[in-house]
Parts: sequence; structure tokens; C-alpha cells
Amino acid sequence: MTDIMKARKALVTRILEGDGSASRAQRRAAFNRTRCAEPLNTLIDKVTKQAYRVADEDIVAVKASGLSEDQIFEIVVCAAIGQAVRQHDSALAALEAATKKE
Amino acid sequence: MRLAILDRGHSLGTKILFLLIRAASRQPVLDVIKLVKYRADFYGKPMQRVTQEAMRGPSAWPVADRELMAAFVAKTNDCEWCRKAHAAVAEEAYRDGAIVSAVLSDFETAPIEEPLRATLRMLCRLTREHAVNADDMRAVLAAGGSREQIEDALAICFSFNTIGRLADAFGFLLPGPKAFEAGAKYLLARGYR
Repeated sequence: MTDIMKARKALVTRILEGDGSASRAQRRAAFNRTRCAEPLNTLIDKVTKQAYRVADEDIVAVKASGLSEDQIFEIVVCAAIGQAVRQHDSALAALEAATKKE
Repeated sequence: MRLAILDRGHSLGTKILFLLIRAASRQPVLDVIKLVKYRADFYGKPMQRVTQEAMRGPSAWPVADRELMAAFVAKTNDCEWCRKAHAAVAEEAYRDGAIVSAVLSDFETAPIEEPLRATLRMLCRLTREHAVNADDMRAVLAAGGSREQIEDALAICFSFNTIGRLADAFGFLLPGPKAFEAGAKYLLARGYR
């Protein structure tokens, strides 16, 4: 059986707790989808809910707000992985509930 | 891509690797490769370990079904890049393009086994609505899917719910079909390492 949990944990630990250009607080906020200042909030919202709606202007606006490309790279990665983790955990909890013995 | 660092910010060694890839494949380097090779210690390497386990590790699903699920999750997320990339891998793995087209067109009527269909239905809901409940899981089990198959499918879904978001957010450039065909052959031969 596939077991990604160890690798998933290592991935999350690296992006949130390892070194980076964005602060750990910025990365964790993106991962947790915590509301933040515009225009970054719009970008993170799109990445988590409907990533296909991200447009050039969203990235341009965030760059103009003062974030570097490396910071944007890290923050977008954290937002995407955070959303995927929430969905994965939701589904594993549902599976546990469906298969637990009465 | 929307971030210049993902196109041109790689180390010299990686740039040389890209030259070799272009020379060997006679195709442009796919944007997904540029992403995983950029500061690979941050995202690329740890994510490749997850995806390799999900797509090529021990599983209750054959590789062809796993690649089909990847394309299906991408399609549900409206991620054209990942849908085309993994439809190409699934077609190569099944040696049957018709089954992949049928599933991506309408999985409810496609000629597939019921456990796979029920699993795709659950993955569709999870991807579209971002959550599922115990009844969704019971429906898969009732259709003959095993707990192991569900967990393995969820691992694939995790990987492609991540990768698809990044493809769209960073604006991956859609290459021609020959580049995806070359990528498909590579992924079937070498996996996601």
C-alpha cells in the first residue's frame, strides 16, 4: 500500500520550518490560508480555491507590493500544499469514520 | 512562466542539465522540470519523494490507473497542463487512448470497472468541493473498492492537488504534443525521481 505520510510530513516540515526567503510566519500564514494584506491575500485565495484563475496581474501586483520572486515562489508553494493537506486530511478522516467498528 | 527565476534562475549545473535534456529529447524542457529543479531542496526534492511513492510505489492500483487519476484530478481542477501531461502518460501506460478519452470526457459512462468509477466520483467531489464525508467513502466501499485502494487514490489526489495549483499559479507554458509524449515515456521509464 502507498504510504506518503512520512514523505508528506518531511515536505511540510521543510517548507514551513526550513530556511527561506519569506519569513516562517509568512509561509505558515499562506499554508493555513490566514487572511493577510492585499494584494497577497487575493493571490493566496486564488491558489487555494481556483488556481486556474491566477493571472499575470496577480503576480505583478504582489511583486509591486515589495515581495521578491523567491518570496512569492515560497508563499505560493506553501499555499498550494496547505490546501492539498487540508483536503487529504479531510478525506482520511472521512475514510476512518466510514470504516471504524461500531 | 510568471516568475523569471523559474525560467532562468537555476544553478549553472542545472542549466547544463537542461541543455542535455534538450539535446537528448529534441524538445523544450517542460516547465514542471524547471519548477522542481529550482532550489530543489525547498520544494522539488521533498515533493518528488511524495509523488514517486504515490505514483510508482507499492499500490493497489496499476500505474495506468494512477496516471489516469492524476489526469482526472487535473481535469477536475481545470488544470489543462497537468491534464494533457498525465493523459499522455496514461495513454502510453494503457496502450489505449480511447479509455483515457472516455474517462476524461465522462467517467460515469466510460467502460471501466465499478471500483475505479466510484473512486473517481469520490476524487471528483474531494477536488471540487475540497472535502468529502464518510458517506462518500462508504459509496466507494459498497462499489467494491478497498480501504487500501481509497488511501492510495487519496495519495495521488494529494500530489496532483498540489502540482496542478502550482502549474496554474506559475503559468506553465503548454508545449506541443511531442513534448508531452517525450515526457510520458520518461515518466514511465524513470518515474518521478
